[in-house]
Amino acid sequence: MAEERRQKQCSVVLPTESMKAMAESVGVGQLQEDSCVALSEEVSYRIKEIAQDALKFMHHGKRRKLTTSDVDNALKLKNVEPLYGFQSQEFIPFRFASGGGRELHFYEEKEVDLSDIINTPLPRVPLDVSLKAHWLSIEGMQPAIPENPPPATKEQQKSESTEPLKVVKPGQEEEGTIQNKTQGTTATDGKGKEKGMIRLKPRSTHELSVEQQLYYKEITEACVGSCEAKRAVCLFYGDSEGVRVNVVQNNLALLIYLMRMVKALMDNPTLYLEKYLHELIPAVVTCIVSKQLCLRPDVDNHWALRDFAARLMAQSCKTFSTTTNNIQSRITKTFTKSWLDDKTQWTTRYGCIAGLAELGPDVIKTLILPRLSVEGARIKAVMEGPVVSNIDKIGADHVQSLLLKHCASVIAKIRPQPDNVEQYRSDYGYLGPMLCSHVMKARTQAALQAQQVNRTTLTITQPRPTLSVSQSGLSGSSGPRTPSIIKVPSSLTLMSPRPGTPSQPSPPATKYIVMATSAGAASTQQVITLSSSQTASPVTSTVPSASSTLQPLVKLESGSGTGLTGSRPLQKYIVVSLPSSASSSLENKSSVLPTSISSTQLEAGMKLDRSESPGASTQSPH
Amino acid sequence: MAAVQGGLVDASEEKDIKTEPSSDGCGNNDTNDARPLSTSPGSNAPGGNAKTSSGSTEEQQTLLAVLQFLKKNNLTESVEILRREAGLPEDSLDLKGSDSSGASSGGSAGGVDGVGVDASALLSRVTVSSSAGVQAPMKTSGEDQPDVNVVLSAYSQQGDPALYETYYSGLKRFIETVLDCHRAELSQVFYPLFVHMYLELVYNNHENEAKSFFEKFSGDQECYYEEDLRVLSSLTKKEHMRGNETLLDFRTSKFVLRISRDSYQLLKRHLQERQNNQIWNIIQEHLYIDIFDGMPRSKSQIDAMSGSLAGEAKRDANKSKVYYGLLKEPEIELPLDDEDEEAENEEGKPKKKKPKKDSMGSKSKKQDPNAPSQTRIPLPELKDSDKLDKIMYMKEATKRIRLGPETLPSICFYSFLNAYQGLTAVDLTDDSSLIAGGFADSTVRVWCVTPKKLRKVKSAADLNLIDKESDDVLERIMDEKTASESKILYGHSGPVYGISFSPDRNYLLSSSEDGTVRLWSLQTFTCLVGYKGHNYPVWDTQFSPHGYYFVSGGHDRVARLWATDHYQPLRMFAGHLADITCTRFHPNSNYVATGSSDRTIRLWDVLTGNCVRIFTGHKGPIHALAFSPNGKFLASGATDGRVLLWDIGHGLMIGELKGHTDTIYALRFSRDGEILASGSMDNTVRLWDSMKAFDDLETDDFTAATGHIHLQDNSQELLLGTYMSKSTPVIHLHFTRRNLLLAAGAYNP
Repeated sequence: MAEERRQKQCSVVLPTESMKAMAESVGVGQLQEDSCVALSEEVSYRIKEIAQDALKFMHHGKRRKLTTSDVDNALKLKNVEPLYGFQSQEFIPFRFASGGGRELHFYEEKEVDLSDIINTPLPRVPLDVSLKAHWLSIEGMQPAIPENPPPATKEQQKSESTEPLKVVKPGQEEEGTIQNKTQGTTATDGKGKEKGMIRLKPRSTHELSVEQQLYYKEITEACVGSCEAKRAVCLFYGDSEGVRVNVVQNNLALLIYLMRMVKALMDNPTLYLEKYLHELIPAVVTCIVSKQLCLRPDVDNHWALRDFAARLMAQSCKTFSTTTNNIQSRITKTFTKSWLDDKTQWTTRYGCIAGLAELGPDVIKTLILPRLSVEGARIKAVMEGPVVSNIDKIGADHVQSLLLKHCASVIAKIRPQPDNVEQYRSDYGYLGPMLCSHVMKARTQAALQAQQVNRTTLTITQPRPTLSVSQSGLSGSSGPRTPSIIKVPSSLTLMSPRPGTPSQPSPPATKYIVMATSAGAASTQQVITLSSSQTASPVTSTVPSASSTLQPLVKLESGSGTGLTGSRPLQKYIVVSLPSSASSSLENKSSVLPTSISSTQLEAGMKLDRSESPGASTQSPH
Repeated sequence: MAAVQGGLVDASEEKDIKTEPSSDGCGNNDTNDARPLSTSPGSNAPGGNAKTSSGSTEEQQTLLAVLQFLKKNNLTESVEILRREAGLPEDSLDLKGSDSSGASSGGSAGGVDGVGVDASALLSRVTVSSSAGVQAPMKTSGEDQPDVNVVLSAYSQQGDPALYETYYSGLKRFIETVLDCHRAELSQVFYPLFVHMYLELVYNNHENEAKSFFEKFSGDQECYYEEDLRVLSSLTKKEHMRGNETLLDFRTSKFVLRISRDSYQLLKRHLQERQNNQIWNIIQEHLYIDIFDGMPRSKSQIDAMSGSLAGEAKRDANKSKVYYGLLKEPEIELPLDDEDEEAENEEGKPKKKKPKKDSMGSKSKKQDPNAPSQTRIPLPELKDSDKLDKIMYMKEATKRIRLGPETLPSICFYSFLNAYQGLTAVDLTDDSSLIAGGFADSTVRVWCVTPKKLRKVKSAADLNLIDKESDDVLERIMDEKTASESKILYGHSGPVYGISFSPDRNYLLSSSEDGTVRLWSLQTFTCLVGYKGHNYPVWDTQFSPHGYYFVSGGHDRVARLWATDHYQPLRMFAGHLADITCTRFHPNSNYVATGSSDRTIRLWDVLTGNCVRIFTGHKGPIHALAFSPNGKFLASGATDGRVLLWDIGHGLMIGELKGHTDTIYALRFSRDGEILASGSMDNTVRLWDSMKAFDDLETDDFTAATGHIHLQDNSQELLLGTYMSKSTPVIHLHFTRRNLLLAAGAYNP
């Protein structure tokens, strides 16, 4: 240490040759050796002095890099005229030359032709300073958003940045996060996007190594190629490269493959897609709502693609929506907006409804059901009116069947038993009678099979085991269903910089599912502890709640239990909090909410929603 | 110079014998100037510890000398003024003069005999011996840079340059062999000794010896002196010493060491036995040894406190009473009970205040005994708008989240994009509605972070047209056409390094490299005043929490206190030995803290202008300061990446928070003081459990009396969270009134 330091501090002096060279450059030919020595010592000392002062300016400028302006300021401090002409922000292009036994570093100043300057077009005006806010931390947790650095440890980053596959650029070490080789490129990819987002000059294009390019090619070829076996393999590996859906080509098959690829990505438990959602989601949404997805919309079954993509969307909402990114509410908003637009085409309309319907019964109840009559009238106009075009008709037909399919099960649950066709007509308009028959069918079906949401899958079976114990435990109160998506729009205000309420574990990898409804003005809360290793009978106790903060209400532990849960390797806790009056209706709930809606409540509500919709069950996240 | 001191000291010695290390040794030495090596350490006062303090007596003597000089030159008016200023009695001049002459002629052995005996003669000796100009006796005044020659003249005494290394290594050997308990303490001597010996060699043109001396021993010095050593290493010629500020710092101020009595005796005995004059002289002349009784300190205790440019603070420097308590809040009646609902409904509508009750004694909250009296410094009266703001504040405060280790604040990060490394300062208003940035391109920009846009007041002509009686006159005077999210303020001619909003959000202060502090109106978005006083870059400025006053500090090492309506400073706080890098007001506005490149923090009393606290312990220039909301504690952050916590009342260091890896530019306590947030160049925001740090504090009487704090190394326990930003150094932190943490910095791709 001392040794090292001493070396650093041993006074370094400019060589006398420099003095000679400089003297010559100003026309002093013969400089005595002694004078050179004296000069170089003096000059070295002064330079050091100025450098030390310049460092002060650097520190106060909150920079790590010493700039020419710092030196100028230091000179001004000493009442010396600053050096003009060195304005480079990044570096000063010193050039090296040698010859005649001399080595020289010099600053090349080219002669510039004024007319050239005048004639060249003006450079673009640099972007102005702007201010952007994001959450660095929410109640102690750092959200995984593009604005924040990836949550990788320093060591990891270091080992990865030294990995030979990756081209490391100076200053990039801190940012590169890479889970594995395949993600290496996605990380840089994400970074490129980040840069684009803040609109900096696209200074660096990210180079992919040859291997990575080959890999990319293989993967994409396999995904969109013709060999099914190969495709299966690469879907299994899952890779987000190439998720750039090119809808313009209208290649339906290709789009389906790509959607399957997204699906594969989402099902891959080793990937953390949070940071790349901003690339994935637009692609998926496009596949749901695009006006045209195939060359022959009247013949091709693009509806299936929309269905599939909608399910995909619902799945990603479930997995990734948090209070910070608000995916679900944003998606819901998007869908609702384009659905409500009169000019929307039937294809898009279908996509919107499918997208909404997949988000779960609550969404259907609050957003779709009220519009059934309006939609019915529109369908009627197409079906029974003068035939405008075959495509419209097909579209309307599909929308109709879609609505019937999704709404029937929901209506079956919320409407009292006697199904009267006339009443249905008055309630739901044109679609009423058809709904009525569907509902009745649904009821009989429900009677047969306890609770199964009918769904058509494209090709892939849902690899999610369902756990019906939670349903049976909860359906008695039907509580968890009540918090509905209607709260979501109001959640947008949560983004305003206001402190939220208590923390809760919500990061991606947790195995907790926290369900909650508004605690609202509830003065007491129920705590139901329910252990599945026994029976499904809930142990209910009532505790007074000190404040309006949420208390865990239902705690369900499935131990190494029997029957229903035996197949699941992991122990799970489901924490559900309910309002004191579990049966309180949605209306009076939402009247309680607006003033004191908190992020926790909301998030919980949304999570609940998620965990409910596919078969009303908790699932083991892969 | 030494001759001056010596002579004067001799003169006064008979009257008061101090019980501190003496400087009379040097006086004697000077009489022996001709001899290469004085053999007089034996002539030290028999008790061994007779010394004049550099304090009052000497000062008075110098004053007298100045008076004599003025009188001699027939500057009677000046004599009169100076005498009145110094509070000397009318006849003191003559009296003292004869007194001292009598003393010196009668008493001193070899000191001044043969030389004229009255004070003016003394004076002439000063000029002769210092080989300097006539202005030599100006030394005592704080701000006037002492003439270099005078300062350096102390080095004129010749020793054999070849022996310096022997002396030094001899002492080194001695200290290495003493008992462990003394070694750490005595090791403190190395650095100042090294510096002074090196400078002596350089001053006497022994360039090569100096170089080899430096190379041989610089590696032994504590690593925290590295920066100073680098400055020293470049200094190899006598000519360079002229005008070198660091050097002047070494010379003008005595390096303060705290050594236990036992250790000191040990050192002294050794030096006397070895007749090691050279070193003894340096210790006498350039070191101030603060001797305490009791156990010698351990290495870690010493390391915690050392590191500043001029050693530790003298113990008595931190003895004066500091009123760190908060001022009583003005009484504003506020319907606290039902305000919650109302606030929601009537936000924006000014609330009717109940008439102010005359409740001077009725308030249950007693005046804090540690608080200064309400009128200690005159504070501006509260305007109606201020009262409204206070009400808003209280309302917000009721919704504040109580933070703690369990409930950490959310952090909202404001990134400045496309700033191209040009963002130099940021400030937020207390209500977090406005954010301002100072930039290297001399501009100041103000953004509104609420949906409300920034508007200018209409021009005078347009203002004439509006109805002044209308209710919404405040609304009408604003020019809708100028509404925008941000405004740019042009006026500075250099990078803007400091920025501060006034508490009422009507003004903005900015300090710049161009040496000015500017006051901007946030109503018209124009510059109102340019405060000139600092001739060098002004690194920082801050408004007082009560408005009206502000403080600024910069490269000229003087912090200035201003009032917005005076173009000249009200107070000048001089004492730092290097640039003042940051300035902060105490929450009660009665004190100002300044951090400096000399690695000390000083606390100044606004009322008297005195320095009431000196905190040493940082190993690098200090770039961030924060007072705790209750006014009791101070946190400081420096380039060494450490945060230190200080107890203002006791003048003690009470904590060290390690974790950052680069300069700390921002520090802020949460509104209730539970959490300390720190932001750094290393792109992180860290949260610390300040409550725990303060509670763990062992405040037994002994520590309080001696100031020898034993720091626990519990940074990791206190660290509650680390949040990385993406290549964005954190240069400002702010807690909203509801305890949401806002951070700001420029994104550096």
